[in-house]
Amino acid sequence: MPPVAESSLEVRADFPIFSRRFGGRPLIYLDSAATSQKPEVVIAALADHLRNHNANVHRGVYALAQEADAAFDHARARIAAFTGARQMQTIFAKNVTEAINLVAYSWGRANVGPGDAVLITEMEHHANIVPWQVLCRERDASLRYLKVDERGELSIEQLESELARGDVRLLAFAHVSNVLGTINPVAEMTARARAAGAVSLVDGAQAVPQMPVDVEALGADFYGWTGHKALGPTGIGVLHARSEILEQMQPFLTGGDMISSVDFQSATWNELPSKFEAGTPMIAEAVGLASAVDYLSALDMTRVRAHERALTAYMLERLSEVPGLRVVGPPEADGRGGLASFTIEGMHPHDVAELADRGGVCIRAGHHCAQPLMRCLGVGATARASVGVYNEAADIDALVHALLAGREVFELDNP
Amino acid sequence: MDDLYRDYILEHYKRPRNFGELEPRDLEALEHNPLCGDELGVHIRVKDGRIEDLRFHGHGCAISQAAASIASEELKGMELQNVGELDADWMIELLGIPVSATRRKCALLNLKVVRGAVTGDDSWPTGSA
Repeated sequence: MPPVAESSLEVRADFPIFSRRFGGRPLIYLDSAATSQKPEVVIAALADHLRNHNANVHRGVYALAQEADAAFDHARARIAAFTGARQMQTIFAKNVTEAINLVAYSWGRANVGPGDAVLITEMEHHANIVPWQVLCRERDASLRYLKVDERGELSIEQLESELARGDVRLLAFAHVSNVLGTINPVAEMTARARAAGAVSLVDGAQAVPQMPVDVEALGADFYGWTGHKALGPTGIGVLHARSEILEQMQPFLTGGDMISSVDFQSATWNELPSKFEAGTPMIAEAVGLASAVDYLSALDMTRVRAHERALTAYMLERLSEVPGLRVVGPPEADGRGGLASFTIEGMHPHDVAELADRGGVCIRAGHHCAQPLMRCLGVGATARASVGVYNEAADIDALVHALLAGREVFELDNP
Repeated sequence: MDDLYRDYILEHYKRPRNFGELEPRDLEALEHNPLCGDELGVHIRVKDGRIEDLRFHGHGCAISQAAASIASEELKGMELQNVGELDADWMIELLGIPVSATRRKCALLNLKVVRGAVTGDDSWPTGSA
């Protein structure tokens, strides 16, 4: 058995959902890459805001509205501090998808033109592919891809040669792949992009929940992440961006709150970050997310990463006991986030997930919103098990047990 | 025995009937299951207004593959004008297993592709009853 260093943070009791039973069995949740479960403190913070401090923000003069204003501003400050956004702006969006669309529409339409290129990678989530496809088609620009090698990694040499062509306006890539788990060398990639005169955007959806992230040290011009994968509520995502770029950009969505003044034919824009937050913002969600990042900070993100690395190492080791199982992505836990995507010979991933559920284990199956990557891997779909702060080695044992039992249902031989 | 993965379901999954390509063919269609990236295509040869022969091809889960295999045996010889009348209940009854909401698209993918090939209408919804 491999060493199981800090395989448990012993926080499961903080998450009320784990007191539920499914068919008499406890919940074994290995789908945190899709969404995380929520600790009681987050649920309580959301409820407390709605019960005691709810009013619309901005422009209210009564005491309750001032409480809501203070709660919202305080939430933004805590969220910005969590990811090291000191100089960078912290803008709220619905999720990473909307954050990327904001950049594609507001920055992309003004800065990418005929003959230009947008450079992304084969391991991107559809959220970091489709907005660039639409932009490039509209602006007659080209969309190029960095390849994923057999270890599930990108090549800095290929990045250099692509940038050397001199037409790349934007480099966009995932911090951590939601399928391969690959942790990309973000600081090195953004530095090379900047040296080549390209702007960089990083999709941090899978990174922020599980490792220390300092967006300024990483050097991206845009860094997006989402609240619901980081123990927070759905409906709130975050876009960190450099002020000097945002100042140059036109708004994405327009309407209330994002204006400075409006007359019959025209309007002027509010200051940052309000310029990019049209309409009533996600107030309660921001309060909930701030509570989530406080919770993660108290756990210490370095410990969270060590825990997820140890569990992932254990998972890779134990999955190798299942006959016919092939894990995609980096072979060692050091280079990957807390997940493993895999196929089992003779079983479709949907059936694998269905049979895992027979053993009370929640995993995901499908293309994980990464169909181009599936094509590169030569598979239609994979099953994916992903861990969070509340998982323990016993959850991995239950997964392996369920997979072996599933093979028996399919009349496949086990050792 | 497992409720869903019954003997005959696994038997059809592992040894599907009427899988492959058909040459020459009169009708064909290809459909994707957008949830999982699976794809299923059908080739149909027509004689005297009936399905003389058909073959499925593609890849998918045990439920979608078994459904296609089981349905293929019923579809051979069927009058084309009756194919448009086949509904979700027909397929699910034929399959003979409890199909959850999430697996419904898997079970109905083959009927969607066959209906598309015969009627030219690929908008048949598999998501709800």
